[in-house]
Amino acid sequence: MADLSVRIGELVLRNPVMPASGCFAIEYREALDLTQLGALVIKSVSPASRAGNPTPRVAETHGGMLNSIGIPSKGLDYYRHHVLPAYTGYGTPVVVSISADTAESFGEACEGVSLPEVAAIEANISCPNLEADGMAFAMSPETTYKAVRAIRSKTAHPFWVKLTPNASNIAAVARAAEDAGADAIVMGNTVLGMAIDVRSRKPKLGNVMGGLSGPAIKPIALRLVHQCYRAVRIPIIGCGGIQTAEDAAEFMLAGASAVQVGTASFRDPGVMPKIVEGLERLCAETGVACVRELTGQVELDRQLSDRWLRFAQQSG
Amino acid sequence: MSEIMSPCEKAHGVASYRCRIQEHGWVNRRYRYIRVESEAALARVTKPGQFYQLKCPVTDDRQPFLLRPMSVYGTGPGDGQIEFLYNVTGLGTGTLATLECGDHLDIVGPLGNQFTFRPEYERVLFVARGVGLATMAPLVQRAARSGVAITSVLSARSRDDLLDKAFLRGANAQQYITFDHDGSSAVEAMEILLARLLEEQRPDAVYTCGSHRLLMLLQRLLAAHPRIVGEAALEQRMACGMGVCLSCVRLFDCGGERQFLRVCREGPVFPIRDVLGEVEFG
Repeated sequence: MADLSVRIGELVLRNPVMPASGCFAIEYREALDLTQLGALVIKSVSPASRAGNPTPRVAETHGGMLNSIGIPSKGLDYYRHHVLPAYTGYGTPVVVSISADTAESFGEACEGVSLPEVAAIEANISCPNLEADGMAFAMSPETTYKAVRAIRSKTAHPFWVKLTPNASNIAAVARAAEDAGADAIVMGNTVLGMAIDVRSRKPKLGNVMGGLSGPAIKPIALRLVHQCYRAVRIPIIGCGGIQTAEDAAEFMLAGASAVQVGTASFRDPGVMPKIVEGLERLCAETGVACVRELTGQVELDRQLSDRWLRFAQQSG
Repeated sequence: MSEIMSPCEKAHGVASYRCRIQEHGWVNRRYRYIRVESEAALARVTKPGQFYQLKCPVTDDRQPFLLRPMSVYGTGPGDGQIEFLYNVTGLGTGTLATLECGDHLDIVGPLGNQFTFRPEYERVLFVARGVGLATMAPLVQRAARSGVAITSVLSARSRDDLLDKAFLRGANAQQYITFDHDGSSAVEAMEILLARLLEEQRPDAVYTCGSHRLLMLLQRLLAAHPRIVGEAALEQRMACGMGVCLSCVRLFDCGGERQFLRVCREGPVFPIRDVLGEVEFG
């Protein structure tokens, strides 16, 4: 049987499959065995109490869905005492996702959850930055650097940073995260989108715009993972439209060391263990002894363009 | 999708079950009936008020993505048999309607809570509008089996839409039927009827589904009857159906404290008294 274990910095995971934050909560223990996952990534918590966005908070789109949940939160104290404990008894590394609206608040929040029972912290810097007109931190290298720096100075815990596909120069953002001391990159969050009901003429989301997820965004997420892989040395966790073991393997070949599964769980709450089993089968079929050997192993023919140019010149 | 849990675990688990369609067709010109069968004993673990998420099929020109929450209309007689009653309103129910007997349908569940019911009740009152009656139909059967007297008030657009027989399914009930076209289903007329029924019959519980106006009317009328249990099955746009994504929240008044609760998890059945009037956004 193939070795499915992977390494994200100093953290060793039993397999590369974990839930995406926002698409996982303890209720899924009724549908799957949480000891079979690589890690448990909990929904984002913000230091400030938030009610969340107006309903409707989800809308179906072609091959995916839009959401604007708005990260409802009852604050860090409540989280630590009433949310976190349910996840820590499975022998599976627990990853706490943090959302905050200033760099300083990110640092403080991450310090506050640097607890022994927390294996890693995921900073969701794809959320709006109140110090930059609500533009997400991860939209630019400068604000990414500032937020990551603020967090790194406050915690020695393994700390991942979740980037946004909406950034225009992802390589620069990824390098800023690496330079500022992030241990890994999660690539990435949802793609900003919108949908309108043509009969009622109303936006399909109460919040008008929201994040697109699901297979509709998979090629975009895969491309971003590959661009990050070319730009940085720290591990990348791929996320975006993964529904099957083949999808997971594709992200690993593009450069991911592990993957997160989000929207697919909404269509089949038991999908993550199926992806783990599928990866085992895929490794067996393709003669892969260790799944981590897949990372970045997309076969690129660097001379292809030159050969093609020479070939094309032969035409009239 | 395939089953991931062994039969002995199913009572406590939620899974995606592959079902075979046994019967499927129109009940009247608006509503369709579908009965599916799973190898798992779903009928035994599914409680009145609960729902499943249906993976509506993809056709050449229509591709529903998310699962569709649907109340259980009935269970059994076979251990694996589950029935649904639905209105073809959009993409998902549109492709669902194309399935034929012998086809497969994947369903996830059972999900949600259940109606409060005690066999020692003497009388219960049902107030249903449209296809909302499907959610309460399993409870009608349960009440009938327990020998509890039933009063049923149905509201429909017209006689063509009426599903009185489909609601009671042979159960004995004192039946009141109201329509839009003759004004008998108007809130003012319903208020007189329901106030009289509550006063004269003193049911142990009143259940409603399918109309927000009727729900708010019952809330008002129940203020004079603190001993009567009042419950409503609610709807809200969902994604996961299990309480994970927080899409389907609604605001409730829980003993003076306003709280967002998940329709899929803390519901879909809620105390009528806790429901807040303004509900629609977006």
